[in-house]
Amino acid sequence: MALSEQWCFYGFYWGEDPMPDTRLIVLFLVLIGAGVTYLTWGLAGPIAFILKLRAIKLGGLLVVGAAVGLSTILFQTISRNRVLTPSIMGFDALYVFVQTSLVFFLGGLGFSQLPRQHLFAANSGALILCSLVLFTLALRKTRHDIQLMILVGVVFGLLFRSLSALMQRLMDPSEFAILQSVSFAQFSGIDRIELLASFIALGGVAVWLVWRTSVLDVMALGKREARSLGVAYDRVQFEILCAISLLVSVSTALVGPIVFLGLLVSALAHSLMQTHRHALLLPASAMIAALILVAGQAGFERILNLQSTLTVVIEFTGGLLFLILLMRGKIQ
Amino acid sequence: MITVQGLYHQLGGNPVLRDVSISLPSNKMTAIIGPNGAGKSTLLDVIARQSKLQQGQLYLDDQDMTQIKPQDLALRMALVSQQNGIASRIRIRDLVGFGRWPHHQGRPQAQDLDKTAEALDRFDLNGLGGRFLDEVSGGQRQRAFVAMAYCQDTDWLLLDEPLNNLDLRYATALMVQLRALSQVQSKGIAIVIHDLNYALNYADHIVALKEGQLAFEGAVSDVANSENLTGLYDTPVEVTKTEKGLFVQHHLMAAS
Repeated sequence: MALSEQWCFYGFYWGEDPMPDTRLIVLFLVLIGAGVTYLTWGLAGPIAFILKLRAIKLGGLLVVGAAVGLSTILFQTISRNRVLTPSIMGFDALYVFVQTSLVFFLGGLGFSQLPRQHLFAANSGALILCSLVLFTLALRKTRHDIQLMILVGVVFGLLFRSLSALMQRLMDPSEFAILQSVSFAQFSGIDRIELLASFIALGGVAVWLVWRTSVLDVMALGKREARSLGVAYDRVQFEILCAISLLVSVSTALVGPIVFLGLLVSALAHSLMQTHRHALLLPASAMIAALILVAGQAGFERILNLQSTLTVVIEFTGGLLFLILLMRGKIQ
Repeated sequence: MITVQGLYHQLGGNPVLRDVSISLPSNKMTAIIGPNGAGKSTLLDVIARQSKLQQGQLYLDDQDMTQIKPQDLALRMALVSQQNGIASRIRIRDLVGFGRWPHHQGRPQAQDLDKTAEALDRFDLNGLGGRFLDEVSGGQRQRAFVAMAYCQDTDWLLLDEPLNNLDLRYATALMVQLRALSQVQSKGIAIVIHDLNYALNYADHIVALKEGQLAFEGAVSDVANSENLTGLYDTPVEVTKTEKGLFVQHHLMAAS
């Protein structure tokens, strides 16, 4: 029937797609290709050992990519703003603040002797706890006004940044060097247990998302419209904030702050999918983020021979891509 | 019938509604009129459960409205808000389709698509279905939101200043549509409206608010006279009965 084909074309069916979107399939295949390339490119020496190392790193890239992609789209849905990412709430600032305090108070030696998995648990726990306290208090005080809550987050981010800067000034240069190495995202030396824990957290959020995907579409319409359609807006908003907090906290605790990626990823996902439906946007954004990280890390390791940082690689190529798309009017 | 009893409401410490008791008759069109800041939109918000009921009683067909679950209420009452922000980047067809959400909760059936198509047709949006909401004019967007509420297929339709942004043709067309919906499909309709000519000629029932209190309420034929309206707006308003209906003159000040 011509009419129903038209409906499908505009992405009206949600929930029960006749078949998965072709763009998602292509994206998935490209991602697998990138993963295999990353694992096997320039393989020499003790193959089993190198493969194991690379597999863990690849797992980290995929988990973090998915977390960044999902959390950015979710944050943009509740803030109803396409140029915001969760990092505006000061998650990275809080993370750096916690690390700085640890180095400051325990000393460089004490910090490097901390058991890794305890540190990971403490980091993610602190981030989740702080964000939940912020959400509940700020949302109650601002009568569930998300814009005001974001402002509160910005102010706290500034506070944490200034406190970190103060402690870094007072610090011994060698301790500062240790601190610097944990203040940027690093994918080398990811712990297996940490990776597993992050993966479980991500899986939990993913299951919740699949269950709630069509409510998310309604949430994107705005508070009044969603309420008029019978959605308990305030409660779902809080659920989404919890999911964001979990995703950002776990991925930050795993590899460190990645502040630059979310915006690029959401813009790419929107321009590729051209839809308001979260059932398509969320997987696309998760896979695009993972793809950028895997490709970036591969280029960084094999082409640049670790001569730069992943941040630079991704910001340069990603920024270039962003500008090209912007100029060609593909991003709106 | 929607019954409001002894409603008090305050926003940021300021009383907005004081002791308002009204009833909106089923199957009829009620116009809520009054000067700026009279509390019209707040009243509509409280009835539509967008704002929490602070003090007073609210009944929908003798059922306490605070006891009705939001999902169930969405099947009985639809609201068209005033548009201030542009919603997410979404096609008009999909926006209108969201009106069916309370019925299918994310899994649209054939009848949902049929109803959406009918709503697009009824509100003259057929050629615009594939356009994005932020790429059409304010009036077209307004019509899309009304079509979405129509799609919700409820007994009650509440509209907050739906004529904003509409030109003569579409404003009249919308009022004709709403009147038809109340008469043919027996929907109860409540509309916050500033244009008295539309209000008096299309509505059956008038609720007039002034400074948060009920000024007068009743059938148009009973209460819509020059004296009441002049007192309501503190501006000379003259209602004349013509062959085609009531004509309200208020835009020319009396010669001084």
